[in-house]
Amino acid sequence: MTHAALHAAATLTPTMHTTGAFSFTWLLVVIPLTSATVLLLGGRRTNSWGHLLGVAAPVASFVLGLILFAQLIGKPASERSFDNHLFSWTFVGNFKAPANFQIDPLSISFVLLITGVGSLIHVYSVGYMAHDPGRRRFFAYMNLFVSAMLLLVLADNYLALYVGWEGVGLASYLLIGFWYHKPSARTAATKAFVVNRVGDFGLSLAVMLMFATFGSFTFTNVFGAAGSADHATMTAIGLLLLLGACAKSAQVPLQSWLGDAMEGPTPVSALIHAATMVTAGVYLVARSAPIFNVTPTARLAVTVVGAVTLLFGAIIGCAKDDIKKALAASTMSQIGYMMLAVGLGPAGYAFGIAHLLTHGFFKAGLFLGAGSVMHGMNDEVDMRRFGGLGKYMPWTFATFGLGYLAIIGFPGLSGWFTKDAIIEAAYHKGGTSGYLLGSAALVGVVLTAYYMTRVMLMTFFGEKRWAEDAHPHESPEVMKWPMVILAIGSVGLGYLLVLGSRFADFLAPVVGKAEDTAFKPIGLVGILTFVVMLAGIGVAYLQYGRRRVPAVAPVAGPLVVAARHDLLGDAFNESVFMRPGQYLTRLLVFFDYRGIDGFVNGFAAFIGGTSSRFRRVQTGFVRSYALSMFGGAVVLVAALLLVRG
Amino acid sequence: MVFSYVPVLALFLLAGGFAVFSIIAGRLSGPRRYNRAKYDAYECGIEPTPQPIGGGRFPVKYYLTAMLFIVFDIEIIFLYPWAVAFAQKGGATVFLFVEMVLFIVTVFIAYVYVWRRGGLEWD
Amino acid sequence: MSPAIAHVAAALLPGAADPTTSFPTPHLDYRALLPMLIVGGVATLGVLVEAFVPRGKRGITQTVLALGGLVAAMVAVVSNTSIRNITAEGAISVDGPTLFIQGTVIAVSIGALLLIADRALASDADFAAQAADVPGSAAEQASVRAGFVHTEVFPLAMFAVAGMLLFPAANDLITMFVGLEVLSLPLYLLAGMARRRRLLSQEAALKYFLLGAFSSAFFVYGMALVYGYAGSVKFADIATALSSSTHGDPLIIVGLALLGIALIFKLSGAPFHWWTPDVYQGAPTPITAFMAAGTKIAAFGALMRVLFVAFGGLSWDWRPIIWGVAIVTMVVGAVIGVTQTDVKRLLAYSSIAHAGFLLTAVGGITVGTADSESSVLFYLVAYGFMTIGAFAIVMLVRDADGEANHLSRWVGLGRRSPLIAGIFAFFLLAFAGLPPTSGLWAKVAVFKAAYEGGAAPLVIVGMLASAVTAYYYVRIIVLMFFQEPAVDGPTVLAPTVFTSAAVVIGVAATLVLGIVPQPLLDLAGKAVPFLR
Repeated sequence: MTHAALHAAATLTPTMHTTGAFSFTWLLVVIPLTSATVLLLGGRRTNSWGHLLGVAAPVASFVLGLILFAQLIGKPASERSFDNHLFSWTFVGNFKAPANFQIDPLSISFVLLITGVGSLIHVYSVGYMAHDPGRRRFFAYMNLFVSAMLLLVLADNYLALYVGWEGVGLASYLLIGFWYHKPSARTAATKAFVVNRVGDFGLSLAVMLMFATFGSFTFTNVFGAAGSADHATMTAIGLLLLLGACAKSAQVPLQSWLGDAMEGPTPVSALIHAATMVTAGVYLVARSAPIFNVTPTARLAVTVVGAVTLLFGAIIGCAKDDIKKALAASTMSQIGYMMLAVGLGPAGYAFGIAHLLTHGFFKAGLFLGAGSVMHGMNDEVDMRRFGGLGKYMPWTFATFGLGYLAIIGFPGLSGWFTKDAIIEAAYHKGGTSGYLLGSAALVGVVLTAYYMTRVMLMTFFGEKRWAEDAHPHESPEVMKWPMVILAIGSVGLGYLLVLGSRFADFLAPVVGKAEDTAFKPIGLVGILTFVVMLAGIGVAYLQYGRRRVPAVAPVAGPLVVAARHDLLGDAFNESVFMRPGQYLTRLLVFFDYRGIDGFVNGFAAFIGGTSSRFRRVQTGFVRSYALSMFGGAVVLVAALLLVRG
Repeated sequence: MVFSYVPVLALFLLAGGFAVFSIIAGRLSGPRRYNRAKYDAYECGIEPTPQPIGGGRFPVKYYLTAMLFIVFDIEIIFLYPWAVAFAQKGGATVFLFVEMVLFIVTVFIAYVYVWRRGGLEWD
Repeated sequence: MSPAIAHVAAALLPGAADPTTSFPTPHLDYRALLPMLIVGGVATLGVLVEAFVPRGKRGITQTVLALGGLVAAMVAVVSNTSIRNITAEGAISVDGPTLFIQGTVIAVSIGALLLIADRALASDADFAAQAADVPGSAAEQASVRAGFVHTEVFPLAMFAVAGMLLFPAANDLITMFVGLEVLSLPLYLLAGMARRRRLLSQEAALKYFLLGAFSSAFFVYGMALVYGYAGSVKFADIATALSSSTHGDPLIIVGLALLGIALIFKLSGAPFHWWTPDVYQGAPTPITAFMAAGTKIAAFGALMRVLFVAFGGLSWDWRPIIWGVAIVTMVVGAVIGVTQTDVKRLLAYSSIAHAGFLLTAVGGITVGTADSESSVLFYLVAYGFMTIGAFAIVMLVRDADGEANHLSRWVGLGRRSPLIAGIFAFFLLAFAGLPPTSGLWAKVAVFKAAYEGGAAPLVIVGMLASAVTAYYYVRIIVLMFFQEPAVDGPTVLAPTVFTSAAVVIGVAATLVLGIVPQPLLDLAGKAVPFLR
């Protein structure tokens, strides 16, 4: 990172007053929120048309987002930041909650992703949830999510961001547990909620620390003063933000909830747990660029978390037989890439966000494809019960296939552009750490190629291993077309974003820019990446293409068993957090019981005893009241005279 | 400073002493010949009205009469100093007149209420 | 003119002592006095309505008249906001605190009047058909059958409001005493007018009257002593007299103490709080709501004016006493409240505890800073609205024979009618001072003012007392929501438009002030200081 980059990052602060279309920014958030409210309060009356309203809301927001984007592009780069000031909520003193929305290149990118991919997934859900009695509720929650997520990315201050952050958490909780009659869904929802609590705790502490340090929540004020603030404080804020990001984005060590979150309906997995919400952590780090720019320690922590998670997720992905869980592990791993990228500082912000966008497309496409498969296979998720589906579901096969090629980084597709850029940036960092991070990313490529090929082969190739009553069929049009559009995005988006540094230049006013963002696929790293990817595919082909896939998972070595169990994530949580936590709790309970409760109970008993004793003084006889008043008067007069001395 | 309270203290003692003295002296010196009339409540020498013994009550009419008496009594007392001020030359004559009219009207509103709601009917 | 008359006149009217001087036209700022004139006039009109309007139409006429009068008075107060004027020959001070308190009193009175109107005119009214009937007698049954309604409650309540408006505005002791009596006398009567448990209600009225008369006597005695010291009953003259003499005179000290006793009695501070639980319990609930909110607001206004304006020079003497009274009041309200089983008694002790919290800010005053005055003003608004709302809910929970006030009847209410129980729980949270209610900021404001005024020990006691009071509020929430409802639980009356309006006003004010307290804090900050 250079001084110039730092300087570039600090230039995002000047904010234009809103004019024209930008004064309608707030509508982006309000439209889906209104729709969610109508659907939730309208009750059964809205059942017949609820899903149509539910689709219309994100589409409307998307159209508005496009208009805003067009307006923004029309401005010179240095003026691409617009604040939509609504009102400022003063609680007391200078504790203000400004309700402002901010449109700048970073937030508009997210707005388009959320509303664009969101709209497609909403359309898809109309077909996917067609037979579900809770469809209206589903759309209400989905709209709630879209609204909260938009608030998160449009906020111009950390307090509003936090509100959005909690909002998406709530929507995620509600949607994971959407089929609340299933105990597993309930447990998964609770787990996601609890794990996210840890992260929210970190984020809330970070926000409080900011307010204590800078006396404000707004990005402008915080970032403006970030450079001159105490270094240790900034590191603490950075690390706390990272803790928040870890939980929301399922990064090690707070990754365990994401796999279980697949209990929700598949469109939820596609929208929330692949394309948008789980990337909020990456957004948080990128948005807080001026904070991370001044604290290399926190940045290093971000890169380490990213590198570890990308390997961690990839290893888990290699062993999962549940198609959605395999994809979830892959999401975790891909977000690891993004984290790694944004942890690199201005050299990586643009690449991280670009990968986030392309990933949003191809992973959403993959999930919708998986949903389509499940839809045709009576909600079967075990890939060992699939096989040879390519013939029966040609559209799903084709779109899923394009997504597959994109994610493994096949040359020319979007994943290739964005992921190679990250690997290169990691190596480019230099030093031992750069070498280690780059190598981890490279290993991730092998593993990604391996597990995705495995998913592909087990699902669409080979012989049929279906359950007896399975009659696979292609999904209806309303589900097909969103997959097609996402597949197109998976193919072309990377080219659009990365070539000619378009996206990096676009984002530069917000997050700064590395001096060299040109895309060099034919360099050493690029060729190496291509080679290891082919190796990954080859191994997977040998294992799953050439040989029969057993219908029951075979006995395997310890690593595979561990990977099947999420690399013992739960066991880790249990032994490292839960057990000591329980001991600590027991210890605290002991002290609480003996010490504090003893005191409190004693105090309560004392109060209660005193109370019942004094209560009897209230005899109900007016004569004794009068006497008491007289006594009080005498004491009062005497006291005043005494004070007078 | 404390000495300035000596007269007050003396007055307290004197008052208390007189009360005690009266009661004791009365018991010691007076003849005690009780009859029914002496046990009755003293009502200006006339035959006492029925007493609220055993759950009976005073008719509320007495209360009304007393209240109305006080109302007019106070009004009259108020009229005297007003008349003195009003009689002076060059004073705020109009103001004083209006004020007294307002005062009398207000008192009469209460009177009208009592009259309209049957408070002046003896039975 | 006879010499005798002149003599009497001289004794009664100092201005007329010399027959040769003419009586000047007193200066009266009618615009500043307008709110009081409107309410007093409406009350008097109400008496005429009782005299001339036929029985069937009295209820509606009185309701419209009273509400209209209060709204008009509110408009008058709002249009007067810029007035800072001592008028009526120094008898009445219409300054920021006066206007703020008058506005607050009128606002809570509107809420209370909605409740009174609702419960006076309903078929199962809360007021006695004929208060003069012997409880349980044949005459009583006849009155009930005849469908008599005491629409006199409206003019009575309006007279009380007029007194509450005058009380904090009074700028001399005589006017203050008049205000005190005008606000108290109707309340004594109203307290005895309950339709059910009439003996309890009459007992409450009698107790209130006797103890109130007792405290009035203290006031008059104190007034006499102060007059003896200062040679005047005007606050300005008292302040001047205090500033010109350096040595302490027991006369003024004892006088101040006696005045203080009467005022502390009115705002139910310990050890003069004895009437509060009995009267709150016995009085008809709408009246309880009215006096719990209105009397306390007016009395705090009067107390602050007496202490700050007239006796500011003695603040080093009265501060420790206010400290002591605040501590005892908080402890009594918090501790004895713990073992209460009747919801109205419990709210009475809660009201005592709140008086204590308010007194901490009064005790924390450093003369010359405005913070403690404005914090008290804010607290009074917050407290007034939550009190009206809470008692409105109490009115709704009923058994066959009227309100089900025993807490055992409230068990499981949250299951039966979650909305009503939820709103009540919300008010309880507000009393406890928890977010997101106005109670939080009110407590923060008074404790902050007390702390900055150097009354840290008071704040510590206040915190502890708050914790104890929170215990009994939360206990009610627990028994409403987390315990199985009784089989034959009370019914919850469907609230009428009037009661709903009062509840909505209470909830809205409590919630809005809980989320955005700053505008009102600013307004209270602008209202102070007292005009001296």
